[in-house]
Amino acid sequence: MIQGKFLILKKDEIGTNVFKLLVHSPEIAKKSLSGQFVNISIDGFLLRRPISISDIDLENGTITIIFEIRGEGTEKLSHIKSDDYIDIIGPLGRGFKLIDNSIKAVVIGGGIGSPPLVSISKFYGKNSFAILGFQNKSKVILDDVFEEYCKETIICTDDGSMGLKGFVTNGLNQLLLREKIDIIYTCGPLVMMKGIADIAKKHNIQCQVSMEQKMACGIGNCLVCACEAKRNNKKTYVHVCKDGPVFDYKEVFFDE
Amino acid sequence: MSRLNLSMCNIKFNNPIIPASGTFGFGLMDFFPFDKLGAVITKGTTKNPKLGNPAPRVAETPKGMLNSVGLQNDGIDHLIENIIPYYKTLNPNVIANIAGETIEDFIQIVEKLNHSEVSMIELNISCPNVTQGGMAFGTSKSSIKTLVSSVKKVSKKPIIVKLSPNVTNISEMAKIAEDSGADCISLINTILSMRIDIRTKKPILRTNYGGLSGEAVFPIALRMVNQVYNAVKIPIIGIGGISNWKMAVEMIMAGASMLQIGSATFNQPTTPIDIIDGLEKYLSENNIDNITDLTGSVVLWS
Ligand SMILES: Cc1cc2nc3c(=O)[nH]c(=O)nc-3n(C[C@H](O)[C@H](O)[C@H](O)COP(=O)(O)O)c2cc1C
Repeated sequence: MIQGKFLILKKDEIGTNVFKLLVHSPEIAKKSLSGQFVNISIDGFLLRRPISISDIDLENGTITIIFEIRGEGTEKLSHIKSDDYIDIIGPLGRGFKLIDNSIKAVVIGGGIGSPPLVSISKFYGKNSFAILGFQNKSKVILDDVFEEYCKETIICTDDGSMGLKGFVTNGLNQLLLREKIDIIYTCGPLVMMKGIADIAKKHNIQCQVSMEQKMACGIGNCLVCACEAKRNNKKTYVHVCKDGPVFDYKEVFFDE
Repeated sequence: MSRLNLSMCNIKFNNPIIPASGTFGFGLMDFFPFDKLGAVITKGTTKNPKLGNPAPRVAETPKGMLNSVGLQNDGIDHLIENIIPYYKTLNPNVIANIAGETIEDFIQIVEKLNHSEVSMIELNISCPNVTQGGMAFGTSKSSIKTLVSSVKKVSKKPIIVKLSPNVTNISEMAKIAEDSGADCISLINTILSMRIDIRTKKPILRTNYGGLSGEAVFPIALRMVNQVYNAVKIPIIGIGGISNWKMAVEMIMAGASMLQIGSATFNQPTTPIDIIDGLEKYLSENNIDNITDLTGSVVLWS
């Protein structure tokens, strides 16, 4: 992994309180895998904020990170401007396993869980489907990006103000009626991922989930980012920063 | 000879900088070589493996953080077989930080460590995040006395007693540890604290309370180190919020012979090395021959 201060080439507000930063770092780009994250230092805060890597561009030596204002730290971070430098440690964690781009993949994102799935869609290209869930039309992000890469992009909103009304699980059930899917990748709220894991199990489809937990060190030392998981058939605490953030759905306990 | 060399409890150290237990691990190897440190240290280790507490185990606080890890670790046998030998190849001084629910636990762990290559053993009698043992040992004079004297009877290694700040009179605790045979005192462990999520009315930590660390605790740690320095003759390891070389100088002036650096590394992983460089420069610019000349050099107002 690498620590440094890297130049922000571009900053966009891509949704309400959702920001996209294009960061110049050929070193980090070269080492990054889909689903890995970077840990960002924000002036005045002890704890860095882990943000997943959304897109990796080897040719231009950049990574894209997308974050939503969640609290004081991300609020402060949202004031960063293009041409500023950002203090990053990364890439960190274990990313998604990309199998073979001739199989059929579906990526399922809930809200701000959608960005880490972008580079997966890029990999599977027209063999991929995206199902993205949001509260309402005003919260929808990245639909254009997924539409460009994927064969089909299904938007679901809780209130039906855009796309299908209801949860991404409905979208997935509908897709499974007409397509044979080989693998599912998902990132979003725990209840959503639990619903998807249940469907994956029923249809016997491989499924990788990206977990979220508050972190401190981000490099496997401090053990604060615990997540209940099955290892060697026993319940234990694994750590999202080092053992994850991506896990096989069979390892994770979704109930809490 | 470097101005930072020192000897404490008859052990030679390249410099006074040690990472703090529970904040250090192999993840830092990508940031600096471990032989640059005065010593390396293990996570608090118990007799049997321990799962620790449910998440969330961390909360941000002004200039600090709370944790409630609860001593998650793989147990003493795993530490002795797998971790200590590897650490030993990276730094000549390995300190084992250990914890127990009973005095018997501590004795069994120490007997096992007698045959290992650790330089010193740090007794964690100050963990605020476990229900059994932990801080309960470090907040009662009588249990400090029984524990430390029992451990000293069996230990072949110098014993550091890591004190809890969650007491009204820290000097008394240090004095009783010294009188019971402790070779060294380290302080402070974290301060019992709390944060609440106002939307859910629930504490942020799943255990409700947890331990405060980071810059916010520094002035408290500094005061306590100075009080202990004035109460005991054995050497002191100063811990708590140290984040740069100037704070390190303050802590040494207050009475510390060595320092441990914890939470600051979460933001800047190279902090221990930056502090070593800063101290070196400070000593040479001020013509101080050796770091030990600084220990306790604060001149209190009379
Ligand atoms: C995440 C975390 C885990 C810790 N685990 C231990 C431990 O296992 N044993 C111990 O004696 N102290 C433990 N501590 C306390 C530190 O070693 C240190 O005493 C305290 O954090 C104050 O120093 P700092 O402000 O530099 O972090 C832990 C602290 C943190 C933040």
